[in-house]
Amino acid sequence: MLTEEERKEIQNELKRHSHKQAACVEALKIVQRHRGWVSDEIKDISEFLEMTTDELDGVATFYNQIFLKPVGKHVIRICDGVSCWVTGHGPVLEHLKVSLGINEGETTPDGQFTLLPVSCLGACDRAPAMMIDDELYGDLTAGKIDEILERYK
Amino acid sequence: MNPERPLTKNIQPGGGPLAIDEYEKRGGYEALRKALKMSPQQVQEEIKASNLRGRGGAGFPTGAKWGFVPMGDDAPRPKYFLVNADEMEPGAFKDRFLLEGDPHQMLEGAIICAYAIQADIAYIFLRWAYKLAGKRLRRAIAEAYEKKYLGKNILGSGYSLELDLHVSAGRYICGEETALLNAMEGRRPVPRSKPPFPQVSGLWGRPAVVNSVETVCNIPHIIKNGADWFKGLSLSNDCGTKLYGVSGRVKKPGVWELPMGVTIRELIEEHAGGMQEGHSFRGVIPGGASTDFLVKEHLDVKMDFDSVQKAGSRLGTGTMIILDDKTCPVGMVHNLEKFFARESCGWCTPCREGIPWIKKVLEAIENGHGETGDIELLEHHCRLLGPGNTFCAFAPGAVEPLQSALKFFREDFERHIREKRCSYR
Repeated sequence: MLTEEERKEIQNELKRHSHKQAACVEALKIVQRHRGWVSDEIKDISEFLEMTTDELDGVATFYNQIFLKPVGKHVIRICDGVSCWVTGHGPVLEHLKVSLGINEGETTPDGQFTLLPVSCLGACDRAPAMMIDDELYGDLTAGKIDEILERYK
Repeated sequence: MNPERPLTKNIQPGGGPLAIDEYEKRGGYEALRKALKMSPQQVQEEIKASNLRGRGGAGFPTGAKWGFVPMGDDAPRPKYFLVNADEMEPGAFKDRFLLEGDPHQMLEGAIICAYAIQADIAYIFLRWAYKLAGKRLRRAIAEAYEKKYLGKNILGSGYSLELDLHVSAGRYICGEETALLNAMEGRRPVPRSKPPFPQVSGLWGRPAVVNSVETVCNIPHIIKNGADWFKGLSLSNDCGTKLYGVSGRVKKPGVWELPMGVTIRELIEEHAGGMQEGHSFRGVIPGGASTDFLVKEHLDVKMDFDSVQKAGSRLGTGTMIILDDKTCPVGMVHNLEKFFARESCGWCTPCREGIPWIKKVLEAIENGHGETGDIELLEHHCRLLGPGNTFCAFAPGAVEPLQSALKFFREDFERHIREKRCSYR
């Protein structure tokens, strides 16, 4: 079930669009903002947007920043675009994996961090780069990573 | 060299963007005032005369693109103008600079573009990762509405335009013109077949034009200073300035606005400060992940659409990625094909099946499991996924770095297969 707040926010979003369906990515993002991810609530959202569940599912599964599985409190997106790969993505990723004790695609047992690969962050001049939640970090080294992770613990 | 830097003159490295008052003080929105006194046809003619070619990668003439939009009282309504700010090509990072650094420039451009095709509604389609750009754009849009540059009866001209920001949720194909339209409609963003072309039947079946951020940012300057001025900015047949970027093992990776037609050598040696100590130049992908490698013999090639194409690659986004002598070319191409395999939308079979196959073969070669015949197999895929065999340009773009790597770095592929290992590790 969608919460009252979620319904209200989606309603607001609908006002910006001439066609209800056009608001679907934003509606998915609203639910994700409240819950961290989008679960079976997809059915409720689709009724709201006058779409079939399959149609909405087709949209939700397409985008790599709509999470259909639970994620940790902080999402670390490590860029594996070509500029980052050339300038040291490998060692940075290894260090992250060891520090967090997880592989890409996994969440730490305490639910603090999820580590995800991402296809280029558009920060190629600051490669290698990663993003934690909404914050971008560039020119990464193993040493810098420990210091950054500390801020989120 | 011509010192003019129209696109970046207001950008203050390390500082925030100009608020609207300051932007106006420096001549901002004068071009819009001028455009509103011209007819939409005259605006289109000026852009046609300037020879501006789209800066999103394909280089299609902007004026010609606008020319396909039905005009006049009988034209279908509403008409749409969309700014493609979905920059997601690995190695490309130039639009971020324009969006974060001078959002009003892009807005002013978008309003003029919309006026030229008599659009009623405009959207900025922004990639998800550009959080700071999103914040700054929202503020700039609110300021522009407040000053009556947007909304009903703009500056008393009788022309009205609503503009909104759409923040995407992450998928490379959304930068493809027709996939972007599906995304805007809340559908699964796979490309559409053409014809009909978007200029005639685009968003919700109505006329729509999609132009990239850098293209749009050029518009106010051309309107303000004229087509001849724009031509004079360049060192080559392609007009204007260009935002160029360099990343990889160079001393000062970055992005710079320079006259169209500077050489690859100048970009790497002068602007990017040359290679890092202990690394030497081996090759370059000149315009983002989907362009062919060029090598040492091409260092004096001019970075403009025609010259790069003549050299066997594409200018693309103009943001180059350097391959150095300590980096394995097979590994680099494997990284690129892994990206394309992940991002293929899966709509057409050759792309959905072919690119993951390429990725697997490259992975095997890189990890010492390559077999005789693998190179020929990769070449076979390059042909089958080349132009004309797939639904959109994604797969032909994906095989560009691979086909050129097989040409220039063939001995590396052969050595991997022969020695059953990667000698760079």
